Amino acid sequence: MIERDSPVTEEELHAYVDGELPADRQEAVAAWLAAHPDHATLVAGWRAQADSIRARYGAVASEPVPERLKLAQVLRQGRSAGRRWLAYAAAASVAAFLIGGTAGWVARGASAAAPSNFDAITADALEAYKLYVVEVRHPVEVPGSERTHMTQWLSKRLDSELRIPDLQSIGLKLVGGRLLPGPTGAAAFYMYEGASGERFTIYCAKAATPETALRFKEGQRFAAFYWVDDKVAYAVSGPADRDRLEQVAKTVYEQVDKTGARKS
Amino acid sequence: MATFGQNVEATIPALRRYARALTRDSDIADDLVQDTLVRALRSEHLFHGGEIRSWLYTILTNLNRNRLRSLARRPTLSPLEDNDAPDSAGPEGGGRDIERALATLVEDQRNALLLVVLEGLSYREVAEVQGVPIGTVMSRLARARVQIKNYLDGERPALRRVK
Repeated sequence: MIERDSPVTEEELHAYVDGELPADRQEAVAAWLAAHPDHATLVAGWRAQADSIRARYGAVASEPVPERLKLAQVLRQGRSAGRRWLAYAAAASVAAFLIGGTAGWVARGASAAAPSNFDAITADALEAYKLYVVEVRHPVEVPGSERTHMTQWLSKRLDSELRIPDLQSIGLKLVGGRLLPGPTGAAAFYMYEGASGERFTIYCAKAATPETALRFKEGQRFAAFYWVDDKVAYAVSGPADRDRLEQVAKTVYEQVDKTGARKS
Repeated sequence: MATFGQNVEATIPALRRYARALTRDSDIADDLVQDTLVRALRSEHLFHGGEIRSWLYTILTNLNRNRLRSLARRPTLSPLEDNDAPDSAGPEGGGRDIERALATLVEDQRNALLLVVLEGLSYREVAEVQGVPIGTVMSRLARARVQIKNYLDGERPALRRVK
């Protein structure tokens, strides 16, 4: 695009647009561009691209930050009566850090590099919910009456110490469970039923991500809370009644979290 | 002197902007930011001073890469993914074009371009975030700009080349 022996390189043109050019080269490039209208047009085009990008997304930074993304909220999630109950551990480690913290950081982003199969797990969980929740005769492989056997069986297949939550206190009876193929191996699936026949399911699979915040997804008829704790992903799905589902998810979270707490 | 928490907090609006441009979906973007914050707070012991902003951009960029990879492995979207069309449409007509143009970019090129033109990072900072030499950042930028120009000029998007 630019002839070999040109006094200005294409790299310099980019640096010029991005304000990366050393001061002593800026004038030279500007003068060169004045004499080379084709390249001046090209450069103007790059600037226009940048302007469009800023026009399209720039205002996002001026939007009010949603509650869930405020740091206090991220730190407080555990305590609040809100939607997330994770991060006790995070808050504790932060408190420890705020006291210390100095010179030169290493392992930049190392913890973010772990591959995540969270999206796939969530999609599987919802498919399983939709598939089995309408099943009247054979919704489960193992009936809820064989809870102990089921716990051992599924724990063995997932190679992870599972706990099947008891949701009697909020009016849900364990219908039973089944083993499902998950994105990275076996997944455990439990179904619960309420007095009026409403069904909730819990889907557990091993996750590559050690932990995530709690998420909520809502469709027209179904909704789900999902999170990863101690390398196990959980998706609690049910009818799209957020308050009820939140109550169920919270109860599940409290019970499975005991497992996590004991391990760590 | 600002604490770690204050520095992180001050970066949240910019992280949301970057995430929105990366994902072009406000829900997914905020999920990414949320995960970034959780990671950052948990990994705080790995951070011993330096540029918090670059570090947060690094985490977000990596998390987004993981997200794209898992989507690639499994192209079916979550059936409950109610989209937020009103938001992603954007107010100004030109917004859609640049949005679509960005979508045609190879991920590393898109990251580099957005970090430079939208987030105002220096080439050196982008090199740190992407873990590559500055020269690589510059060639990613150059290719991104050619690709966007071609797209906006109405040419058929060039085939994505895998390096």
